[in-house]
Amino acid sequence: MLKYTLKRLAYILLTLWIVITCTFFLMKKLPGTPFDPEHFSIMSPQQQEKVLEMYGLNDPVPVQYIKYLKNILRGDFGTSYTYVNQKVTDVIGGRLGPSALIGIQAVLLGLAVGLVLGILAAWRHNTAIDYVTMIIAVLGVSVPNFVAAALLQYYIGLKWGVLPVGFWTNWACSILPSIALSFSPLAQVARFTRTEMLDVLDQDYIVTARAKGISQFKVLTRHAIRNSIIPVITILGPIVVNLMTGSLAVENIYSIPGIGSLFVDCIKANDYPVIMGITVFYAAFYMLVVLLVDLAYSLIDPRIRLAKGKED
Amino acid sequence: MGKLLEVNNLTIHIKTHKGTVQAVRDVSFVLNEQETLAVVGESGSGKSITMKGVMGILPKNGKVVGGNVMFQGEDLVKCSEQKMQQVRGSEIAMIFQDPMTSLNPTMKIGKQIEEMLKEHKKDMSAEARKARVLELLSMVGISNPEARYKQYPHQLSGGMRQRIVIAIALACDPKILIADEPTTALDVTIQAQILDLMKELQKKTKTSIIIITHNLGVVANIADRVAVMYGGKMVETADVTNLFHNPCHEYTRGLLKSIPREESKGESLYAIPGTPPDLMDPPKGCPFAARCEKTMKVCQEFMPDYFDCGSGHRSACWMLDERAKNFRGGESS
Repeated sequence: MLKYTLKRLAYILLTLWIVITCTFFLMKKLPGTPFDPEHFSIMSPQQQEKVLEMYGLNDPVPVQYIKYLKNILRGDFGTSYTYVNQKVTDVIGGRLGPSALIGIQAVLLGLAVGLVLGILAAWRHNTAIDYVTMIIAVLGVSVPNFVAAALLQYYIGLKWGVLPVGFWTNWACSILPSIALSFSPLAQVARFTRTEMLDVLDQDYIVTARAKGISQFKVLTRHAIRNSIIPVITILGPIVVNLMTGSLAVENIYSIPGIGSLFVDCIKANDYPVIMGITVFYAAFYMLVVLLVDLAYSLIDPRIRLAKGKED
Repeated sequence: MGKLLEVNNLTIHIKTHKGTVQAVRDVSFVLNEQETLAVVGESGSGKSITMKGVMGILPKNGKVVGGNVMFQGEDLVKCSEQKMQQVRGSEIAMIFQDPMTSLNPTMKIGKQIEEMLKEHKKDMSAEARKARVLELLSMVGISNPEARYKQYPHQLSGGMRQRIVIAIALACDPKILIADEPTTALDVTIQAQILDLMKELQKKTKTSIIIITHNLGVVANIADRVAVMYGGKMVETADVTNLFHNPCHEYTRGLLKSIPREESKGESLYAIPGTPPDLMDPPKGCPFAARCEKTMKVCQEFMPDYFDCGSGHRSACWMLDERAKNFRGGESS
């Protein structure tokens, strides 16, 4: 298991390097400079040269790339251009909190409700609860989260005044955006769980369990659920990453200072170090979550544990 | 030997989106104490569904629409689900066809056996339970039970898994063990081992066994009595020797004829022509009439009663009627 994890970590580093390389060169192809054209153009060529040198932008791109890699290896992601004198890690760190909080809440909510709905729908297959779940699932997948966000904001926030319409002052502010973001994972989890559960309930070992004389409820909790959530865990990885790294639209609608809005602002401003920083962060985070999901998978399914043991 | 289980006129319907399948029609049989009854018949003849009906574990779309199942003075068909849960496992246990799929893949073997004890022997201590599980494991011929206890089903071979399934079924010393084609999914050499194991355990535990099979070799090996099912009906019941030596129903004769024999090496195998009836719309008369070599007009129109062929041998065939004596031999139809 340890060997497997180390191997995966090595692959993650390799992938990160490829991501950094691609992003770095693509980013340099973006039109414009990090500097305000109005002010930059009235400078003398010498002054311009000096400014560029200060930021290390007068070197040829490959040289800049090597320098950047060296800095990263030392753990230095540079300083932001837009947020003057602030380290990239601090800029990202400062914006991470709200996105992470909303993301975690949305995942937990979506997972809890989705699992319950999916299990009930399968258990009561072809009844009202099954149909309602499927309608929710279709809506959750097909209605974009910004529509849900706007509707929630209008009705619950504005018309009924139950919760704050936006901003980031206290925990209550995070409720509506979390709900808005949870629809899509809820729908995916519900649909997936239902399908898996229907499949599992048809298996022979469920009949064996019934023949043991244990109650329907115990058949469900002891034998059916564990076997049906194994595949659900696989879709959890991408869902977690998507939500925790923020949703630009939802963050904008609720005026939340999250990482999604930071990313877009930086791209618009050609703030190279922050763009790179966020990209590296996204990529690393994504791959780590996928690794964790795989490890969790092997904890829940004993068959996978053995298969991996052989691979090592 | 007293009667242990008595099934009278059991009728089971299964609803499908195409229509209602009359899977089990008016089936009656008796199981005596310490006896092994084999139920034979081809796929779809209603063997498994009959037994699932007895156990009360029919699929959701299946329903007992008539008849009763008398066990220890109670009609199991009318029992509440709670009462049935007590009966299942502790009084009547079941082994299934495919050991590769009938064990929960994510639960340790020990746990799966223990679950039975937990459910039905509530006053048993945890240590006593574990001791019993280890005892069961060695009883079904699993070596190194202590290690197996902690393993998962995928770490065992098919034959071993079937032994585990048997251990689960026997955990609470059931009075009746229903084995639904317990050897069909196994390798031939393993089949013999499992049958021997079942015979040996039956001697020890005095359990009555109902074994569902379509392998007449298995029947000859293990059964005391045989019930032949066809088209959702029980067409013939007899002692094993009686059935093999003096089959009274044309379907049974056909079955026996289709067993490959040493003498007939090189000849093509006999097969009963035609296909079984569609139970969505079962024939009015004898279900086998359409494939029977000796079919008469009455066979198409009326379901024959059971005729007594002596020493408990009963067969539902019009050929056994006094009035049909002239036709015996099949010269006329």
